[in-house]
Amino acid sequence: MNDFWSWDHAAAVFPDLIKGLGITVLATVVGMIIAAVLGLVVAIVRRSRVRTVTMPVGFLVEFIRSTPLLVQLVFANLMFTQFPSLAVGCVVLGIHYATYMSEVYRAGIDAVPGGQWEAAVALDLPRSRTWRAVILPQAIRNTLPGLGNYAISMFKETPFLAFIYVVEMYAAAQAYGGANFRYIEAITLAGLLFLLVSYPTSLLVRRMENRLA
Amino acid sequence: MPDNDTTPAIEFQGVGKRFGDNVVLDGLNFTVAKGDRVTLIGPSGSGKTTILRLLMTLEEANDGLILVDGQPYTHEIRGGKRVAISEKRRSLVRRRVGMVFQQFNLFPNMSVLENIIEAPIHVLGIPKAQAVARAEDLLEKVGLADKRDARCTQLSGGQQQRVAIARALAMEPEILLLDEVTSALDPELVADVLGVLRNIAETTDITMLIVTHEMQFAREVSNRVLMFDGGKIIEEAHPEAIFTSPEHERTQEFLRAVL
Repeated sequence: MNDFWSWDHAAAVFPDLIKGLGITVLATVVGMIIAAVLGLVVAIVRRSRVRTVTMPVGFLVEFIRSTPLLVQLVFANLMFTQFPSLAVGCVVLGIHYATYMSEVYRAGIDAVPGGQWEAAVALDLPRSRTWRAVILPQAIRNTLPGLGNYAISMFKETPFLAFIYVVEMYAAAQAYGGANFRYIEAITLAGLLFLLVSYPTSLLVRRMENRLA
Repeated sequence: MPDNDTTPAIEFQGVGKRFGDNVVLDGLNFTVAKGDRVTLIGPSGSGKTTILRLLMTLEEANDGLILVDGQPYTHEIRGGKRVAISEKRRSLVRRRVGMVFQQFNLFPNMSVLENIIEAPIHVLGIPKAQAVARAEDLLEKVGLADKRDARCTQLSGGQQQRVAIARALAMEPEILLLDEVTSALDPELVADVLGVLRNIAETTDITMLIVTHEMQFAREVSNRVLMFDGGKIIEEAHPEAIFTSPEHERTQEFLRAVL
């Protein structure tokens, strides 16, 4: 038997990894939905001219972006012990990435020509209708590749969830390794599974970028 | 409108507009009677487009008053002071004013029809079926009935501008502002757009304020020409008179340069 690689261990850990991958994907999808919605809200709020609103939101965004995701996860998990770790993890991932997504939206909104706003004024469209019917449909189209890229990035950062005892794919690999004193198969397969999901997704995002360009 | 209604469609009272240190309009006074077709001419930077943008509330005057049909629009005098009018009241006046832009500014995320029915439905509250029927009539009028479901991006510049005209007319404006509507078009597409506008001028009594470099069009459509220079009206006359025998020296120079 080969000392470096054992197919028996590989086969034994595989079901655990697939189960962990499910949690990883779940956390990414939920986290990204939160990031996409919250990021948009932040982007719109920050365009407001009311300084008492934009200042605190701006400060909060800078604060979240300037502290490590890992610290935020552990801190939030200590603060909100009444909620399941997975739920806390998804929300923290979502909020963390919302601060980045808000920049993507900001760029997307700024890319809508000023003439679109002027045409909406000339038709006397209310502000809210202008956002919903004219600006956002055009802005969000511009943000889809950014959304995809951050989704991939978040997917690859889900192993941090292991630090708050969420058994996603990396934690599942670690658990198998610890129990059987065999890490190499578990970690290698986990890495390959990450690659198997993120690489095709990145190709998809690139295709989307090309089509929108 | 009754014949005895002499309230001007538009009245500027001492309107001033500055961008930083640059004075674009300085104490400007003029009135436009209902049903008038007024062309504003003058060198670029003379304030013509600013007048249209003030009337569309895309810019705000620094002083003076703008009245539409006798009503204060963006500011009014209250207790001897010039105060801003609420957005709600501005909106009621604004929907009586329509504008067509140099760059068309159609909404690219909507079809031709959707562009036209958007404001009638969401601003005027017209039922959708009625808005669609009216939009189809307007598309017929601008010669684009077959483009009803096209994406705006699939249309030529001239077609887009005709859709933009239909979109503005769908709000049934009393005042229509035309801001260099043919300047962004290829020469061979200009005639179609001007034809549509000539038709509107002949078949409606909409008050028109036109900024254009198409002097022939100004001559055919308008009944009054205002020559601007340095934010002031320096000459005002019937198009026949101003184009054939301009009095002011600056007008003569300007017309020599553009005709």
